[in-house]
Amino acid sequence: MGNVLFTSAIDGLLIGVIYGLAAMGLTLIFGVMDVINLAHGPLIALGMFGVYLLFTFLGLNPFLAVAIVAGLGLILGVIIYFIAVNRVIDAPPLSSLLSTFSVNMIIIGVGTAMLSTSSYNVDYSLGTMNLGFFKAPGARIAASLVALLTTALLYLFLYRTRPGKYIRAVANNRISAELMGIPSTRILALAFGIGVMLATVAGGLIATILPINILAGGSYELKSFVIVVLGGLGNPLGALLGGLILGLIEGIVPVFMKTTWVPVIEYVLFVLILLVRPQGILGAKE
Amino acid sequence: MSRKWILPLILVLALTLVLAACSGQKATEAPKAEQPAAATEAPKEEAPAAKEKTVVIGFTASQTGKYNVSSTRQTTGLQMWMDDVNKAGGVKLSDGTVIKFKAVSYDDESNKDRVQELYTKLATDDKADFLISPYSSGLTAAAAVIAEQYGIPMITTGAASDATYQQGYTVVYQAYTPASRYLTGAIDLLMNLDPNAKKIAFVYENSKFATGVNEAAKAYAEKNGFDVVLFEGYDPDTKDFNAIINKIEAAEPDAILGGGHFQDGSTFARQLYEKGAKVKFISLLVAPPEPTFAELGDAAVGVTGPSQWEPAAKYSPEAAKAAGLEWFGPTGEEFTKAYKAAHDGEDPSYHVAGGYAAGLILQKAIETADSVDKEAVLKALDATDMMIFFGHIKFDTSAENHGLQIGHDMILIQWQEKGGQLVKEVVWPEAGATAEPIYPIR
Amino acid sequence: MKRIFKPGLLIPVAIIVVLAIWPLLSGNSASSREAMFTLIMSMALASSLNIILGYTGYVSFGHIVFFGIGGYAGFWAITELGWHILPAALLGGFMAALIAWLLGLAVLRLRGAYFALATIGILEAMKALVINLDFLGGPVGLEMHFSEYKRYGGPMESLWMVYWSMVFLAILVTVVSYYIKTSKFGLGLMAIREDEDAAEVMGVITPRAKTWAYVLSAVFPGIIGVLFFFKNGNIEPGDAFRLHFSIEWIVMIMLGGAGTVLGPVLGGGIYQWLRKTLLTSPIFKDYQLVVAGVMLLVIVLFVPTGIIGWLRARSAKLRRVFE
Repeated sequence: MGNVLFTSAIDGLLIGVIYGLAAMGLTLIFGVMDVINLAHGPLIALGMFGVYLLFTFLGLNPFLAVAIVAGLGLILGVIIYFIAVNRVIDAPPLSSLLSTFSVNMIIIGVGTAMLSTSSYNVDYSLGTMNLGFFKAPGARIAASLVALLTTALLYLFLYRTRPGKYIRAVANNRISAELMGIPSTRILALAFGIGVMLATVAGGLIATILPINILAGGSYELKSFVIVVLGGLGNPLGALLGGLILGLIEGIVPVFMKTTWVPVIEYVLFVLILLVRPQGILGAKE
Repeated sequence: MSRKWILPLILVLALTLVLAACSGQKATEAPKAEQPAAATEAPKEEAPAAKEKTVVIGFTASQTGKYNVSSTRQTTGLQMWMDDVNKAGGVKLSDGTVIKFKAVSYDDESNKDRVQELYTKLATDDKADFLISPYSSGLTAAAAVIAEQYGIPMITTGAASDATYQQGYTVVYQAYTPASRYLTGAIDLLMNLDPNAKKIAFVYENSKFATGVNEAAKAYAEKNGFDVVLFEGYDPDTKDFNAIINKIEAAEPDAILGGGHFQDGSTFARQLYEKGAKVKFISLLVAPPEPTFAELGDAAVGVTGPSQWEPAAKYSPEAAKAAGLEWFGPTGEEFTKAYKAAHDGEDPSYHVAGGYAAGLILQKAIETADSVDKEAVLKALDATDMMIFFGHIKFDTSAENHGLQIGHDMILIQWQEKGGQLVKEVVWPEAGATAEPIYPIR
Repeated sequence: MKRIFKPGLLIPVAIIVVLAIWPLLSGNSASSREAMFTLIMSMALASSLNIILGYTGYVSFGHIVFFGIGGYAGFWAITELGWHILPAALLGGFMAALIAWLLGLAVLRLRGAYFALATIGILEAMKALVINLDFLGGPVGLEMHFSEYKRYGGPMESLWMVYWSMVFLAILVTVVSYYIKTSKFGLGLMAIREDEDAAEVMGVITPRAKTWAYVLSAVFPGIIGVLFFFKNGNIEPGDAFRLHFSIEWIVMIMLGGAGTVLGPVLGGGIYQWLRKTLLTSPIFKDYQLVVAGVMLLVIVLFVPTGIIGWLRARSAKLRRVFE
């Protein structure tokens, strides 16, 4: 029993890091511009297929492919920002919810027509790591490490570089940031781009360990909502913590009860935290 | 340009789009039909010179959404049958009338919102003479209400759930083996392989179909003295099975049964392997028989799964004779060859075969009835007892289970490694086996 | 009583009535009845959601949860208790209202995006819960025997009965929506939408007003759920709690114009008609989702007040006619 618990906990944490990375993109965008990006799921799916296509047709190492996908994700994010978000940035929340949802429909529509909803596999393996008491596929550990690395880079960027500081300034108070001479529209576009980039990177990493299809992003999007609320809306580090908590719940709860109760617990917890502590465990955006 | 101009411009654009959509609609409503005529203009009783009659077969397909793959396969199979019949000159009735077939279909988007609306449209606007079910038990349940209402015979394929046939319908006929008999073959095989195997773990997708299959299989296993050590459903969206795998390992079963659809089944098999779980026997629904399951590589080796039909299935005119049944339609080899020729050498999956079989069942009933009159065809369907490449076809005619498939049997396949290549072998029933089963697999 | 004859109410009701009797006028009544059913159901659902979303400004994203709760309650009463559809439908509406009331006490304290997220959480939690409840059939759901329709004179008669009930409901929702909009209660809701704190100061008892708006917007989806699943003959968690459908209602409201009486009626009708046209059109069949997405984007970006809002902003005369 103790062993099962331990193994389940580590399994949960490994996948939790990736959940956290996926949610980070959502929370960053919300923190900076109060927009809930409903195209988040399909963008994760695009990241998955980016890695799949680069790996399958160009034979690239999937982790190298993730880096390329990250660059493409950034560009795509900036484009989406200028087309769908910029115009409704000051409108009531409903407008940006719907404009990003329309991006969701467009991506899913094109994706289904081109790729169908079939499942694809990135046929890549790093063997099984065996520590005696614990066994895990190597690719899964590698993916989790890359996710941690990405988080660290994001923090370096936000706290050590000028554009990163600009983003934080705009998140804090857009009007005063503008008064200080920060080009807010460009910074918002950059922040949106980075949010999308994080989503695609998470998707790419998921593709290295799990089967993918064009609709697969949807369930990660829902998980991201839960994570973001757990960790505090707008707080990227909180998203990592939220991801780990969600991973742990998914790992440990099935040891004690039927797996089908996991989503009930997750979503009830989600609503409760919104009600009792809407700023999340680590507190909302600074 | 001021804002004033932009808005009317957009509205005009939107309107044009809509008009384009409307005008395009009529001409190509049935793009694959032999006759270019639209559904409502199909030559019916008139045209006595040719004495040709076009029978409209209506159905919805999931061109978008989660059932897209299986549904498209099913439609391909049905279309193949239709092309074959029409090319062969149609069905000739004794009064000299030649029956040709034509398909009218719409996208149901893999969800129930419009299924009834579209089936009503098929039954009334498109004057469908016969219906084929959508893919999946859920959508079929909604479509069956409409079929029953208009008394239009409907052959269901890709819809295995038993419950649909226990709702008092009289015009719905099932081509597939019902869910309750999906996994019983796997349990039979296990008993045959290892009399000492006692513990079974059931891990299945929480869906209408998989739950039905596994509940029936659990009852069957318990009746045969097995100890069910784990009986657990998982969410259809599950991507990470590690938690469940840990639970399975703790329960130390002799066999793992379950699965649901392609996505979750293949993920489950892959993660079981990656995790290095000790598995002696495993049988999963839907995923293993799919040709693309081989993409899992080593993780696929030894995995068994029930299949409605396989290219290697041994149903032939000789087998029919031996069983004292009438043989109808092409042989399995002919069907497989034709499909491979049209699809770059890809093997047909059982969804394709199911679509084709649905067409054959209808064709045979029309030939037997010697008419396309609905009452006569229904009577012929009730009396159907034949063998086709898909297997034995016979329907339950009792009031409680009317239309339930009772002739057809599942076969069990296993992926085996032969000379560095993954091959799908039939391992059960023994009579139709193409290879010895591997046991224990690892 | 004079309010009945105002064009603000007459126009939407007239639209519903004309659409409703269309199946009788056109030759092929069954097919147009089914098409109209989808249209009118959407109008009623969008109008219900509009009460909390359009008037009060609370974006209830997972509003379909009430459709599912009502549907399950009513369907269960019909299949397990053998109830007639009428009390079953009322039970569905009652359950939806009761749960909306209980939930409303808690979640209506949240504002903006937090409320929207909470409604998604409630929807997913409810769906996961129903999957675990064996008496509701769990993941398999419930099925109804075909002979059940005989009770109402056969399947054909049942469908017509459900159809006319839906028409009646759609008109009822519109009337309720109109009365809310033109009442003091509605004025309070719209004050909350514009500035909740200011509304409070001006004497609107906001928690009570919001809860009532939430309950009213939940009752009708609950009843409609029972009618819809009775007509389908089965109910499954995936169909009863489908987030995507819920988002479509919001799209309908936006298309027609949020916070207006006529908007959701018009939006629901146009949206469903467009979707059907695209679905059955050979050109757009594969890309219907993309086309719908592009149109939504265009509306949100350039016509954020919807068709009615746009028309009202153009002309003072129309402002007097459209509510």
